[in-house]
Amino acid sequence: MAGNGILRGRAHVFGDDVNTDYIISGKYKFRTLDVEELARHCMEDVDPGFSERVRPGDFIVAGGNFGCGSSREQAPLVIKHAGVSAVLARSFARIFFRNAINKGLPAVECDTSGIRAGDELEVDLARGKVKNVTRGYTLEIVPLPAVMMDILAEGGLTDYLRKHGGFKL
Amino acid sequence: MGMTIAEKIFSRHCGRPVRAGELVVAEVDFMMGQDGTSPLAIQAFRELGGERVCDAARVAMVIDHSAPSPLEGVSNLHAMMREFAGEQGLFLYDVGWGVCHCLLPEQGHVVPGDLVIGADSHTTTYGAINVFSTGVGSTDLAAAMLSGKLWFKVPETLRLELRGTLAPGVYSKDIALFLAGELTADGATYLAVEYGGEAISSLSVEARFTIANMAVEMGAKAGLMQADEKVLQWVSRRAARRPAPADPDPDASYRGVLEYDLGGLTPQVALPHRVDNVKPVEEVEGTPIQEAVIGTCTNGRLEDLEEAARILAGRRASPEVRLIVAPASRQVLMEAMEKGIAQRLVEAGAALVTPGCGPCVGTHNGVPADGEAVISTANRNFKGRMGNANAHIYLASPATVAASAVAGKITDPRRML
Repeated sequence: MAGNGILRGRAHVFGDDVNTDYIISGKYKFRTLDVEELARHCMEDVDPGFSERVRPGDFIVAGGNFGCGSSREQAPLVIKHAGVSAVLARSFARIFFRNAINKGLPAVECDTSGIRAGDELEVDLARGKVKNVTRGYTLEIVPLPAVMMDILAEGGLTDYLRKHGGFKL
Repeated sequence: MGMTIAEKIFSRHCGRPVRAGELVVAEVDFMMGQDGTSPLAIQAFRELGGERVCDAARVAMVIDHSAPSPLEGVSNLHAMMREFAGEQGLFLYDVGWGVCHCLLPEQGHVVPGDLVIGADSHTTTYGAINVFSTGVGSTDLAAAMLSGKLWFKVPETLRLELRGTLAPGVYSKDIALFLAGELTADGATYLAVEYGGEAISSLSVEARFTIANMAVEMGAKAGLMQADEKVLQWVSRRAARRPAPADPDPDASYRGVLEYDLGGLTPQVALPHRVDNVKPVEEVEGTPIQEAVIGTCTNGRLEDLEEAARILAGRRASPEVRLIVAPASRQVLMEAMEKGIAQRLVEAGAALVTPGCGPCVGTHNGVPADGEAVISTANRNFKGRMGNANAHIYLASPATVAASAVAGKITDPRRML
């Protein structure tokens, strides 16, 4: 994240209902906790070579119900470790959404229909805006509940709990 | 204004009346992790500075997804779970016990009115016995193991009134698939679903688990049913704790109420690669299959094996088909042996594998080859789900899977009743 809190990168565009098996296949996640190794397989069944093409700071942009399927926390974890700075989707499956925030990966709900592969984006979480630099328009983000913003600000649930000693609603 | 089942259960666990939309911190009655999610939870628990879990009697870990271990990496993660469970004195269900979602109700850990979390998306299963149970990630499980509590957003509820009674050859799996097709994969995202009506009350408790299990396939946070007399009797034979059933009030406020008459429902099949790509079996009959799987947290219970055995009695699986049966628990397997069901399945050509998740999650016990078609009683048919992205998975009831195994192609089970 840049010093001013604005995330910048290119869009990698996916469709609706990207499930957690596509993000990280079950055949890998059961055998290791090594996130770097798992991150090499991120998205491989739907976009082979994704983990090699993605550059630090890039965004995953998707349609509805992103992250549906299993509760595997490895899903947001491998996305984060692949170098992705945030996932933008029209909507998220709830367990993925919660896991993403808990692992410090911003999950941004907004209208993604106008974003094309390769578009340069700027995401300003604090002000709730997504700017499509390539196409010259700005979107509003559906705001997160305060507790989730606080967890995200601490970099994830572990650091949040270490700091606060419990949940502050 | 009255309350939904979800609002009642959350209110009791917060010590004050709460409504849909509120963010709350609630006491959790029971929590569970499996071998795909527990190792990360143990790691997070340590990172949180955790030394002792809040209450070992409220925590279970289940080795079911890759059991017995097919790889050294998996073995080491299993060893990590055994060590943690031993040190903490929590419940450990090791290799052979079965699938977490069969075990928790069967072993009496969850009772009506409970609030339960599980680090597995199909934790919605216990909603069939009036438990608000939902899937979470590993770090949430770690936080709950430490404090006994977790934060939640009290969900709005979608009520489904299911009328009619099922025709012969049509089962609760067909209801679950039909609803996934109707509501789609995100039709209930962030919502609790309440199921009611005589199509539910006429089902056995075991059959109801299948429907609540698949609530998450519509995006739901929970899939809730009322604790009727059948449920209370079922639970009293297994659990020591007293149930506290939560019935919805007649004037409860719902996001929506949908009614379906299921009297005319026919066997349903979900086609690759989406759970909501559902068609009546008549439209896909004749599709050749190479593997047939009966088991999983959706349909690996005694009744499921019994239905399959009924179809397979006096018949054999086609030589072109590998029929794999994974009972959902050791207890299911023992009862299937006592009743001669296991014998009939094996005589029909089934390969009986260790109780567990095995083939469903692509870890072992039946990874299909490139280009093969599988018909399974599982709940997911995503590309690559069974370990090979070049295979095609169809989902159906145990009866449809058994009939298809015999014919070597997708077959309406009503032809073999």
